[in-house]
Amino acid sequence: MSEYVLEMRGVCKYFPGVKALDHAQLKLRPGKVHALMGENGAGKSTLMKCMFGIYKMDEGDIYIDGQKTVISDPLEAWDKGISMVHQELQPIPARTIGENIFLGRYPMKKALGFIPVVDHDKMYEETEKLLKRVRMDFDPRQKLGTLTVSQMQSVEIAKAVAGNCRVLILDEPTSSLTQNEVEALFRIVEDLKKEGVAVVYISHKMDEILRISDEVTIMRDGQYIGTWDAKELTTEFIITKMVGRELVNLYPKRENVPGDVVFEVEDFTSINPRSFRHCSFNVRKGEILGVAGLVGAQRTELMEGLFGTRSHTSGKIRYQGKELKINRPKDAIDQGIAMLTEDRRGSGIMGVLSVADNISVASLNKYVDYGFMLNTKKIDQLVEENRQKMNIKTPSGKTLIQSLSGGNQQKVLIGRWLANDPDVLILDEPTRGIDVGAKYEIYCIIADLAKQGKSIIMISSEMGELIGMSDRIMVMCDGRITGFIDGKEANQENIMALATQFE
Amino acid sequence: MNNRDNFGKKFIKYVKANPIVVMLVIVAIIVGFTKDNFFSWKNFGNLMSNTAVRFLIALGVSGCLITKGTDLSAGRQVGLAACLAGILIQRGDYSGKLWNLPQMNMFVVLLIVVVLGALLGLLNGAIITLLKVPPFITTLGTQTIVYGLCLVITDAQPIGGFQKSFTNLINGRIGNANGFHLPYLLFVALVAGIFFWFLYNKMRHGKYMYAIGGNEVAAEVSGVNTTKTLMLIYTTAGIMYGIAGWLLAGKTGGASTSMGMGYELEAIAACTIGGVSTTGGIGTVSGVLVGVLVFELLKIVLQFLGVNPYYNYIVQGIVIVVAVALDVRKYLAKK
Repeated sequence: MSEYVLEMRGVCKYFPGVKALDHAQLKLRPGKVHALMGENGAGKSTLMKCMFGIYKMDEGDIYIDGQKTVISDPLEAWDKGISMVHQELQPIPARTIGENIFLGRYPMKKALGFIPVVDHDKMYEETEKLLKRVRMDFDPRQKLGTLTVSQMQSVEIAKAVAGNCRVLILDEPTSSLTQNEVEALFRIVEDLKKEGVAVVYISHKMDEILRISDEVTIMRDGQYIGTWDAKELTTEFIITKMVGRELVNLYPKRENVPGDVVFEVEDFTSINPRSFRHCSFNVRKGEILGVAGLVGAQRTELMEGLFGTRSHTSGKIRYQGKELKINRPKDAIDQGIAMLTEDRRGSGIMGVLSVADNISVASLNKYVDYGFMLNTKKIDQLVEENRQKMNIKTPSGKTLIQSLSGGNQQKVLIGRWLANDPDVLILDEPTRGIDVGAKYEIYCIIADLAKQGKSIIMISSEMGELIGMSDRIMVMCDGRITGFIDGKEANQENIMALATQFE
Repeated sequence: MNNRDNFGKKFIKYVKANPIVVMLVIVAIIVGFTKDNFFSWKNFGNLMSNTAVRFLIALGVSGCLITKGTDLSAGRQVGLAACLAGILIQRGDYSGKLWNLPQMNMFVVLLIVVVLGALLGLLNGAIITLLKVPPFITTLGTQTIVYGLCLVITDAQPIGGFQKSFTNLINGRIGNANGFHLPYLLFVALVAGIFFWFLYNKMRHGKYMYAIGGNEVAAEVSGVNTTKTLMLIYTTAGIMYGIAGWLLAGKTGGASTSMGMGYELEAIAACTIGGVSTTGGIGTVSGVLVGVLVFELLKIVLQFLGVNPYYNYIVQGIVIVVAVALDVRKYLAKK
């Protein structure tokens, strides 16, 4: 018998052009909580998806109780005792707790000796037992939708530990919980430990990690950095291990050639005295200008000012020498400027509308026949073109955009802007909250746009992204532009030096 | 077999999503088999003409609801339009004539009330978009203003003595009143329904409306002229109330200041029952039609059951609350 319930060794996973996992490993002991840490995009989720059979590993092996094994789909993972509670819960609120837990594997019986029906009594009996296991005292016949988020999560855990659960993966379980609810969750985790379940705990919250976990594995850029006993660790140590990154081909090769200066901003100042002031910069044709700065540097505000969603007192914007008058987004759009906003949910997608509606909303004027009637065929064509060009994964144009992944939503939004064929694209945190594979695809799209001669302004808070993608980096601090750095010479130190140049 | 299963699933899904619709249809069927004359052409004709007028009002309100707004002034606007139309359409030789005007052509009158409706709608839209007053408050205010206007022009007197040709036309029908027939009002509703379907599905205005309801900030950032779109929505609504008021005056054969009272709430309730979400961005013309039909069916059922008319309000009120409560519940569950 192995001392590990589950081992993953030398796991590699390639997405087109990027190594999402590079010989990653993970060893889980029974009855221990194992924290898995790393920055966004470090490969934690990808590794878990490999374990769970959602992704197929390109290299590497999984051992259960020391026996080499293959897990090809989530059902097989479940049979082998591996379950996962996803970051975003997917419950069916209109059904009862019991039905949610036994979804897809209802206990059956034969009515009148031959009609197969769901054995509700047995299902609810079992549910009651499972709920007790996660310290919940609810009527299993209650509709799931009547519970709070944390209670639903407990139900989800109950569902996960039903049957022969030996490994439980909790992906960012506390992100939407209050402090009291976190305590309740920890009690459940302690109970499960006593039962000998190995818990994988993915979180960014240091204090939680140090409290609940026994061991910590840190990953970076898809690689295994190391595993430590949680007792020996400090927050500082973990951060150093997580962040100290070297960039290995996370970004596509760029073939864009910056040309003449086309977009110029002169002495741009906000009406708000604490916001951006006296900002002057320019962008070349086919250039990617990165915009760096700390939180509060007013980067987004400056761009929103240029785009017309914020007011300014003074300043000029010129494109190819011609002055642009911009008072609202429509003015900017009409004059060839596009802006992908930072807050995808808040100011990007219209969640309850379809992909087609979302992609066409900024360019409907181009799809009108006889001056008033929309040409649905042309809109479908637009969807199809974008779907192929950017590899947008959506069942159809009619699918609601809220059901797509973050990366695919972002591609739809980029498509929305490209439909207008803009000259200048402002991208505010274009890869925020998007997983590694999709990130790389978005970088490729950006690089390609620059190659086509579009001027790109990209705000990002990820140093690696800025250094990896920009021809030039503009740094802001406290509403002012504090300097420009050539992309080839940029590094964390010289950017930070400018970003902290307070007056 | 598979198809049938699918149908079964869809049916059950529909039942679960629209418990009120299903319940009312069942009740109607039961009433139909227990009471005489329920399943009659006359009753059918009644249901159609009642539904037609309410459908126009609900269509007007639907745009406001889809953009997360509302229009509480709808009912009173209908009332004002009915009263103004009534005054202008009185016979030239009618002794109780309110205003001393020569007899007017009914279609000129229609044009006048439509323009009035458009102006009132535009006023709502302007207050909402330019003064940034929430739609609920804006239309609560204009509702009261409109009612006041109505009292002023009528001096709170009931209005009768309409031109015969007017009431005849509006209550006209194809076919015999006692046999199979189609009221002219049905065709008005049909035209309005088709127009709104086209507007919502095939025109930029409709797409912008759904975009604003889905995410107003995102719509603005995408270059949608939200001010213009919203103004147009409230103006269109006002036009619909104007037409509805004109029709209602003719259908009733008289007008009074209490006309249209509470119609806005019934319209909102009908929209909600028909699947227009108060959280914005969702709603279809066919849904609105189903909602209005169900509501009018409810009224006729209550009438046939011999329920004291005073109780009608109680039942209707309960249906409104339950419908909206269920709608909100759907949203809460998703969160």
